[in-house]
Amino acid sequence: MNPDTLINILVATIAAGTPLVYAALGELIVEKSGVLNLGVEGMMLVGAISGFITMAKTGSLLLAVSCGMLAGALMSLAFAVLTLTLMANQVASGLALTIFGTGLSAFMGIDYTSVALGGVSKVDIPVLSHIPILGRLVFSYDILVYFSLVLLVCVIWFLYKTRAGLILKAIGESPKSGHALGFSVIGIRYLAVLFGGAMAGLGGVYLSVAYTPMWVEGMVAGRGWVALALVVFATWRPARVLVGAYLFGGVTIAQFHIQGFGIEIPSQILSMLPYLATILVLVFISRDKNLIRLNSPASLGITFHPENN
Amino acid sequence: MKQNRLLKTVLFISVMAFIVTGFIPLSFAKDKLKVGFVYVSPIGDAGWTYQHDLGRIDLEKNLGDRVSTKFIESVPEGAEAERVIRDLAKSGHDLIFTTSFGYMNPTLKVAKLFPNTTFEHSTGYKQAKNVGTYMCRFYEGRYLTGIVAGKMTKSNQLGYVAAFPIPEVIRGINAFTLGAKSVNPAIQVKVIWVNSWFDPGKEREASEALIDQGVDVLTHHTDSTAPTMTAEEKGVYSIGYHSDMSKYGSNAHLTATTHVWDAYYTKVAQEVLDGAWKSTAVWGGIKDGMIKLAPINKKVPADVVALVEATTKSIADGSFHPFSGPVKKQDGTLVVAAGKQLTDDDLLGMNYYVEGVLGSMPK
Repeated sequence: MNPDTLINILVATIAAGTPLVYAALGELIVEKSGVLNLGVEGMMLVGAISGFITMAKTGSLLLAVSCGMLAGALMSLAFAVLTLTLMANQVASGLALTIFGTGLSAFMGIDYTSVALGGVSKVDIPVLSHIPILGRLVFSYDILVYFSLVLLVCVIWFLYKTRAGLILKAIGESPKSGHALGFSVIGIRYLAVLFGGAMAGLGGVYLSVAYTPMWVEGMVAGRGWVALALVVFATWRPARVLVGAYLFGGVTIAQFHIQGFGIEIPSQILSMLPYLATILVLVFISRDKNLIRLNSPASLGITFHPENN
Repeated sequence: MKQNRLLKTVLFISVMAFIVTGFIPLSFAKDKLKVGFVYVSPIGDAGWTYQHDLGRIDLEKNLGDRVSTKFIESVPEGAEAERVIRDLAKSGHDLIFTTSFGYMNPTLKVAKLFPNTTFEHSTGYKQAKNVGTYMCRFYEGRYLTGIVAGKMTKSNQLGYVAAFPIPEVIRGINAFTLGAKSVNPAIQVKVIWVNSWFDPGKEREASEALIDQGVDVLTHHTDSTAPTMTAEEKGVYSIGYHSDMSKYGSNAHLTATTHVWDAYYTKVAQEVLDGAWKSTAVWGGIKDGMIKLAPINKKVPADVVALVEATTKSIADGSFHPFSGPVKKQDGTLVVAAGKQLTDDDLLGMNYYVEGVLGSMPK
């Protein structure tokens, strides 16, 4: 294997991991507020098709990203109304959101099946992008990849360095105490869920506009579920989400390169690897109660009734 | 008198009407044929289902008022397919085309319940009294595109994004390899299996991996345009499949193997209309007009185009068979000696790579 191939694999890995970074960071904030939204897959799909249609009509990446985020947020608003205002069960509502999003996105995309887009051009920084190895490895992505890193920094800063982040985490641990202190638990959870929806939508836009610049029914292909698993995998730590996302992306990419090199591993096993890895990590983490208790929001998935407190 | 004449006229007309209505069903088996199509994916702009839909549109054009067609797209293979096929039969469709391999058993099951309905199943191998099968000799087109690839490659590395290791796909890989080797013995074909018929994300990742490993002509046996788009982006050549995919990569796209169902669908519908249809297993190729190459890119030199055209002719008139001996397996064992050729049965059960394909097949 020559260094060039290795760089190509790494570059492809980062690109494959980026939609996961977006969706998982969004879901992390949602879960930190104590809400479990299993509708990530559906929100990503609706975000993907909304962004795709906008890109096909206007050609503006900024508009496509905005529309995709808006669509994701609207989807999550439906979830928020159901679970936060109407107090419906979060697990059932989240699953319903995924099923709904799958159908809605397919319906919206009828006229856009197999339409091709030009894709998103990679950044080209003078000098920097042309440094032999480093240039390709660090300065050769599209703008959305860099934005995902900016987002990561923002999320870390928000959760650990701001008062608002502290309030969000407090509500996720004990909504009762938060309520007693005078914070609007429902209001804050609404904001968190909307943020999660927008980020899932953005992850979807990345897939349909930049990664595979075309729309195909169900193109998110389980990445929403992987993003959900990643949050647990990362024990609710944003930096670990990034590591997990790239790990997952890496295995996805590696399976094709391994085949190309003629290494004799059945390709079915390779296709299975990323999911197997997720399950293994979940099992490994779940065995350690302290690990879960330290990081997992205590009130995750539990409906909060302000009137009863 | 006048009244009498009126009475006579009325009588005459009613007798005529009786005769005409009585005779039509005798002279024509069917007056107006309702034809149903079941598609496995959305029609889209290119690909397997798109080609079938072109055939459906052509059928409507050719037979005009005598047929009406209906299609149902994105029907998953399995239990859901059975329901859709049954609904079509129940709602009075006389002829139903089921266009994916996985519809085989559902089609046969429903066909038993509707003995007066005609079914045609694409790519299957089980027939019944009212179920015929039809498919294309894709490999003939693969051999021809192999010639183009073998002539156009500089790195002598050809790439193949493949769906599932079944004989149909393996046959295509082998035919492509033989075609390329016939003009350039130094070529090697790298295959990546994506375990999906239609997954643009995976197809793209696999294409990128192949290109990274030195492949400069890429083809695929999957349904999306992602490999062609990736080739265009990375500045290498591509060869499409199912449809002409040149609009997805005007620089990259050299040509494509396309399946043309137009004439076949019209022929079958006409036979059913005439009451002359019989269950058959059709395997048509270039000769039957069911396989055609997409227009060849201007970048391909004239002598290569001429060679492809000559080979097309000799395949069509039967003087040449893409799997003519000597054909050797990967490990060098002889499959068929010089002067002979593989039989259809050999082709239908093909489960080995020929010499020139790299790597081993997933078991």
